[in-house]
Amino acid sequence: MVPQHAADETGSALDLLLAAPLLVALLLYWLAVVVGRRPWPRSRTVLWSAGVLACLVATVGPLAERSGTSFPAHAVAHVLLGMLGPLLLVLAAPVTLALRTLPTPTARGLVRLLLSAPVRFLVHPVVTGVLNVGGLWLLYTSGLYARAHGEPWLHGLVHVHVLLSGYLFTAAVIGVDPNRHRRSLGYRATVLVLFMAAHSVLAKYLYAHPPAGVPAAQAELGSMIMYYAADLVDLVVVVVLCHRWYAASRPRTALVEQPA
Amino acid sequence: MSTARTSTAAGQQSSSATRNIVSGLLFGVGIAAFVDETVFHQLLHWHHFYDKSTPAAGLVSDGLFHAFGWFAVVAGLFLFADLRRRHGLWVRRWLGGLFIGLGAFQLYDGTVQHKLMRLHQIRYDVDLLAYDLTWNLAAVAFLVVGVVLLGQTQSRLHRDPAA
Repeated sequence: MVPQHAADETGSALDLLLAAPLLVALLLYWLAVVVGRRPWPRSRTVLWSAGVLACLVATVGPLAERSGTSFPAHAVAHVLLGMLGPLLLVLAAPVTLALRTLPTPTARGLVRLLLSAPVRFLVHPVVTGVLNVGGLWLLYTSGLYARAHGEPWLHGLVHVHVLLSGYLFTAAVIGVDPNRHRRSLGYRATVLVLFMAAHSVLAKYLYAHPPAGVPAAQAELGSMIMYYAADLVDLVVVVVLCHRWYAASRPRTALVEQPA
Repeated sequence: MSTARTSTAAGQQSSSATRNIVSGLLFGVGIAAFVDETVFHQLLHWHHFYDKSTPAAGLVSDGLFHAFGWFAVVAGLFLFADLRRRHGLWVRRWLGGLFIGLGAFQLYDGTVQHKLMRLHQIRYDVDLLAYDLTWNLAAVAFLVVGVVLLGQTQSRLHRDPAA
């Protein structure tokens, strides 16, 4: 793929800069699994690796390159980086792994950080939902989307925001890592439904109101990809959330009810 | 369900009488939303994804029901599984909830969303009256079936509260 202008070259250099932390995160997780004395579920390592891969595909390589000029390709990258990637990463319980691998004083420091007021604010389900879907409304309905393709640093910032807000929202709703301030199930379910609604309204809105610089046909296809792909990822999130309830509300008498 | 007829199981049935309705209702609403999405939007292409003349209120209402539909179908099924593992499933009551959920969503979709909010129509470039009548009468029929089923279980609850 031949770069169209100088911004593209800076852009791909920046993409590599974005990919580096992802690779570091992958290696650190693997390292923690290997050096840990107690066994770590293999499924979680697979989830983390797949999550990093989903984010990498959205950040570097052919799909990321095409998403600069094609809105449908952008839509696929968007779902990978903001929804599927974060879902897989959250289910891999990285904080739990870090807490049991780090030396005790460092782990205590991490706990203090996670319990601090700013972090508690950032991981509140409503705050994460607003950051997530609010950021997307801003990106697509203001001129931000068009500007981000001309200015690599802004493009990078949008990537970081999409990934982090996706992660924080998913963690707030179905996180498996320790969270002393986790909201009730009903609360999280309500926030999730409202988020899904806002998300699907945005996709339909984009169908009729393409972001600046996006041709109508591309906007129609791209918004439908966003709509249906987001539905699939959200379906998994709903199943995980409901399964938590199902497992937690297991009747205590079940073991004695059915003698062999 | 081998123990369904024992007295303890029957007692659990009545204690979970509400849960049976809630589970059925959620699943009914979810299935109605799902059928609307797959059959009428995807397969028949009668409905439009978005016909671009929808006012904001209609779009928001559609988004909320779409999201709630997904959630409801999954939550309804998990509640169903929970009733089963507690031997508390009461099929007639569950079906009553299901039909009321189906009918209520379809009636809301056919009156408020299609007509009042003009979200989209059932089909385009045809005389709508027959479609609208079929759509809404089917919804009312579902509701009637649901109410009758629930009425039957209700009378059993009153006749024999321990059952």
